[in-house]
Amino acid sequence: MVKTKFVTQSDMKIGLIGDEDTVTGMLLAGIGHVDGQGKKNFLVVDSKVHIKDIEEHFHELTARKDISMILITQDCAELIRRAVDEFSHSAQMIPTVLEIPSKDTPYDPRKDGVMQRVAFFMPSAMASLGVEI
Amino acid sequence: MSSAGGQRPAANRMTLQTFKARLGGASKGFKLLKKKRDALKSRFQALLKDIVDTKLKVGESLKDGAFALAKAHYASSGDDIASSIVERAKKPSVTTKMYPDNVAGVSIPVFKVLRNASQEAIAHTMGVGSGGAVLNATRDTYLKAVECIVQLASLQTAFHTLDEEIKMTSRRVNALEYVLIPRIEDIIHYITQEMDEQAREEFFRVKKVVEKKKVKLAKEKEQAEKNEAAIDAPSILQKKDADIVF
Repeated sequence: MVKTKFVTQSDMKIGLIGDEDTVTGMLLAGIGHVDGQGKKNFLVVDSKVHIKDIEEHFHELTARKDISMILITQDCAELIRRAVDEFSHSAQMIPTVLEIPSKDTPYDPRKDGVMQRVAFFMPSAMASLGVEI
Repeated sequence: MSSAGGQRPAANRMTLQTFKARLGGASKGFKLLKKKRDALKSRFQALLKDIVDTKLKVGESLKDGAFALAKAHYASSGDDIASSIVERAKKPSVTTKMYPDNVAGVSIPVFKVLRNASQEAIAHTMGVGSGGAVLNATRDTYLKAVECIVQLASLQTAFHTLDEEIKMTSRRVNALEYVLIPRIEDIIHYITQEMDEQAREEFFRVKKVVEKKKVKLAKEKEQAEKNEAAIDAPSILQKKDADIVF
């Protein structure tokens, strides 16, 4: 229970972990950032990327101060579900982890921790997203 | 007498006064916190619906984006645009600004999209060879998606923060309502009882003293009367003696 005071901070980046198409689209929109040491704020996940690497990148992004939110496609989130849940249960509010639907797999709100909580308070939430509980 | 923990404060008027003041403070705090909780809860309920709506919007916009990207792939006819886009990423043209918003004394972060036009110029040159217009259209679609996502991020953070805050406030409200206030009331009850008891004792004591005094006075009076009677006893000198001639 940390009483956090949020200060105005601009120039915050958006972190991204996802499949190639999602990352390409988002980078096209212009969220990509590569710093001097070649550190990226995005990660393309394909069949060659190890789960451990995803998790490591996720932790790296959460530790950064200049990241306001981390977008993670749901199938990637599934791979590192433990780390994602652990982070969302911690007292840290910034960055926010957002699960977005990926291109290949349809979005399932039942797996999203935030949606679970929303549905807890609003039973009609799941139905309006087109899912039977 | 539930939970005063064995030790009782001294029962006198001064401690009663302090505990009464504490009870007043506690009930005032309870009322305020309850109001705060209700305000947070009403905001929270409004958030829920917004989150679901925005979630749907994000899903839609990403679907549009994926479709636009497929078109761009098609238009660029074989060029690997994905890797060239990933390679070009250097400085973000879209960043977010975070600033606090205040809901019933709770500061909540709000995100806002900032676009840097000078950085965007780099992206404009991409795909000039083939399918540049389609690529630009794709970019716009994704920009819309990013805006939706940032909005969702604001809502989600607010949701998390409010959730925590409501939990904390409810805990405080319940602690005041069910633990602190009953305990203070208990102590006040005890003190008044004890003071009544003392008053009764005192009254009884005074009554006893008065009674004793009365008895004592009565006895003294009796004694005095007796003495007086003894004094009043006819002296032999005053008795008329028939034998005395003169």
